Amino acid sequence: MVDLAAKSPAAGLLPVSHGDLVLQESDIQEIWSIAPFSGAERAVSAALRKSLKMSLPPIGRATRTGSAKLLWAGRDVYFLVGSGLPAKLNAAVTDQSDAWCCVTLEGAHVEAVLARICPLDLRNMETGSVARSLLGHMTAIIVKIDNGYELMVFRAFAKTLVHELQDAMRSVDAQTHLSD
Amino acid sequence: MRINCPLCGKRDRREFYYMGSDDYMRRPQEQDHQAMHRYLHLRDNPTGLGPELWQHEAGCGAWLVVERNMSTHEIRSVALAETVARAVK
Repeated sequence: MVDLAAKSPAAGLLPVSHGDLVLQESDIQEIWSIAPFSGAERAVSAALRKSLKMSLPPIGRATRTGSAKLLWAGRDVYFLVGSGLPAKLNAAVTDQSDAWCCVTLEGAHVEAVLARICPLDLRNMETGSVARSLLGHMTAIIVKIDNGYELMVFRAFAKTLVHELQDAMRSVDAQTHLSD
Repeated sequence: MRINCPLCGKRDRREFYYMGSDDYMRRPQEQDHQAMHRYLHLRDNPTGLGPELWQHEAGCGAWLVVERNMSTHEIRSVALAETVARAVK
């Protein structure tokens, strides 16, 4: 048998930094999509609270326990990131582990970078906020963290994501060095 | 133009996709050929204020009933299509 080496979505592309802006790939092993069946939201939330100490978050929020987190990921859909799945959830569940490219963008001017490719009003986001929106032409999951943002796009867009973010980072960094 | 998604809040128009008039909320029985013919082919093409279906395609994915003035793009109301459909039933 050939022993194939697993590659992360942004392998060979990241990390990159421009000035104080740092873009790096998150090491995420597991992502599960959880869509509770009609009317089962409370039961699913209780089951998750029992096994993982995390309830389903409200719309536009994330909950976190240690390295695992639960994200609101769209209408009636949640993502369990960085944790195994508890058995028997009354929900439609799919394994999304290899489907997403997850990166973090951090630095003092991170909002200025995202403002170039994302239509969100980032002033409304605080740590733990989650939004589904666009990065360039890519649909994305955007999570506010203390020092910046976690960004998730489909795995096939990894190269585009890095390219577009790096373009914006380079430009914002260059502008901070211009004299008035 | 911005649409106030009931789940996500005010978002840019580019996150949404126009899905057509809200006629799609009233699909007739398939056996009723006359009604199906009207539903598929004989549509009005009004201007002014009217209900439309939009999808928050690049956001939460929800289908929305949006009351929009087709001449001025003024948006009167936005509701989840699910809520509207349940209210009709």
